[in-house]
Amino acid sequence: MVEAKTNTAQILIDKISAKAAKVNYIKDETLTNALMYLETKGIPTNKHEDYKYCNLDAVIKKEFKNIEQKFSSISNINEYKLADAITLVVANGEFSEELSDKIILKGISLSKLSSLKSNSSVGTLADVNSDAFIALNTAFSSDGFYLKIEKGNALQIPIHILYISTADSEAFVNTRNVIELEENAEATIIEEQLVIGSSKIFTNYLSEKIVAQNAKLNCSTFQNEGDKGYSINTNQVNVQRYGHYNHTTVTLSGQVVRNNHNVVLLGENCEAHLNGLFSAKGTQLIDNHTLVDHQVPNCESNELYKGIANDKSTGVFNGKIFVRKDAQKTNAYQSSKNILLSDDATIDTKPQLEIYANDVKCSHGTSTGKIDEEALFYLNARGIGKESAKKMLLSSFAQEVINKIEVESLRDKVTQLFENNI
Amino acid sequence: MISIKNLHASVDGKEILKGINLEVKAGEVHAIMGPNGSGKSTLSSVLAGRTDYEVTAGEVIFNGKDLLDMEAEDRAREGLFLAFQYPIEIPGVSNVNFLKTALNEIREYKGEEPIAAKDFLALLKEKQKLVELDGKLANRSVNEGFSGGEKKRNEIFQMAMLNPKLAILDETDSGLDIDALKIVANGVNTLKTKENAFIVITHYQRLLDYIVPDFVHILYNGKIVKSGTKELALELEAKGYDEIKKQFETIES
Repeated sequence: MVEAKTNTAQILIDKISAKAAKVNYIKDETLTNALMYLETKGIPTNKHEDYKYCNLDAVIKKEFKNIEQKFSSISNINEYKLADAITLVVANGEFSEELSDKIILKGISLSKLSSLKSNSSVGTLADVNSDAFIALNTAFSSDGFYLKIEKGNALQIPIHILYISTADSEAFVNTRNVIELEENAEATIIEEQLVIGSSKIFTNYLSEKIVAQNAKLNCSTFQNEGDKGYSINTNQVNVQRYGHYNHTTVTLSGQVVRNNHNVVLLGENCEAHLNGLFSAKGTQLIDNHTLVDHQVPNCESNELYKGIANDKSTGVFNGKIFVRKDAQKTNAYQSSKNILLSDDATIDTKPQLEIYANDVKCSHGTSTGKIDEEALFYLNARGIGKESAKKMLLSSFAQEVINKIEVESLRDKVTQLFENNI
Repeated sequence: MISIKNLHASVDGKEILKGINLEVKAGEVHAIMGPNGSGKSTLSSVLAGRTDYEVTAGEVIFNGKDLLDMEAEDRAREGLFLAFQYPIEIPGVSNVNFLKTALNEIREYKGEEPIAAKDFLALLKEKQKLVELDGKLANRSVNEGFSGGEKKRNEIFQMAMLNPKLAILDETDSGLDIDALKIVANGVNTLKTKENAFIVITHYQRLLDYIVPDFVHILYNGKIVKSGTKELALELEAKGYDEIKKQFETIES
């Protein structure tokens, strides 16, 4: 398809490049390629198949005319801390040593990206020629972090990474990280994204996650950016032999939230489990794209995505499963279930299976409907009022995904916020 | 307790109830029998407040209040209970949480404090025993994966927990084996007092061997065509519905 290129990328680059630091941990050649890609392809409009329901070109053009990059400082994050986790803070895209807990556990190394050399593995997973936002992030990345769990270390305490942004006027954040689990390492990571203050912020988040042989990474992403938050979040994940990657994304708010979750299964007998829950209101747009690429035999992937759309909001689930020619004995499952709470809300779901191997088990299912009227009546007939009956049913719908969150304090927090939100 | 006068109701423009008159007093058990399609389930649905039905004429006074003017939840809070013919499965909502919410919303409506956790558990245990419901079932999701008999017992269990003034049992006997039937009937008989009342809707006389009614009404073609005592049920059982049909079809035409 011919993609109509607009000048949005150029305008954006002009506004953000002046204050962006030089990216010295990525090869010059890659940086050049990133800029070339943006120059030729631009920011995707809805003409681009992958952004059909999520015209980020139009969003940036309309909502981010006056980007000034005047960030406000963040001095206290105590209210966001979870009781049972180590807190790391990324403030306005940059890793903050002052706000983060000091890590004294052995087997963890944590570095600011700026302290890395150009031969680091930053940028080896996310291909600048695959997506405009990967290219944009790579060229203008702010000083994020590289977290490594060393060989054979099983982290006993979850790490809670708080991405918190606030600005005096419209701002654009390119935040970036790498989370690497070496062989036989284990970790539980929570990533929470927040926008505070009264100015709109667009976050272009990019994370490269490496799960080495026999390593196990449990991740939860909690997105609650409110009406000032606009974001695209790309997770580019490699999983090696016997590796386990579990990820649960819960999105409770955000004016526009696009999640690109790309998982490549590179070693035999590895597993990936992706779960998602969103609750959209007002005119919010929440778009989950997943790609699971089975490259080798005997791997398993599982996806469970649930969504609730109210008012005039839109929810999207696009789940692609690739099973390459060599990936025999693949087990891949995908399920997307959605509830529409209003006649003006929209849900678009598109499962895509591309299978080139002949001995595989793959299935997908999708359903979108209204809240179960029979169940509502049953609850009403027992004296439970309309509102609390609706809440009970929606909570039970959501709980299946929320229960996948490993960390109890986050699970409780999400449950509470979900119930207040609907 | 409840007074139903000239009740007419339709669904999708088709009239199902064509003038029901029924008076139930505290301490009474009424049985409503009738062939399939006579309007038995429509009557229970209309009384419980299902919105698929349109009431076109008549009135229902429940303990001095206009029942038809109330939302389903307020009818329940006023003390009306419907044991569903087909109880709904609600995955993810635990029976215990469901009952606690129901009980507390009813209490709130009456201006009472929420039930203390300790008292709630004691009540739960006591009533579970009454219908011989396995404790594990109480902790599971509402009706999820329950057998037909377990679902019906769960209805009676809920009834016992909520302690209604008027309970309508909509074909609670259907799909029950004799042992389950006895348990259900025993539950009802134990809960029966001078202050509450039951309307037992059934197709078969069998249940009435165990829950002995004070009055039996025959519903046919949207009307109560005959009322009597428990002997009427036995007569019906002996002769079948065909005779009733014949008798009243000729009158109608």
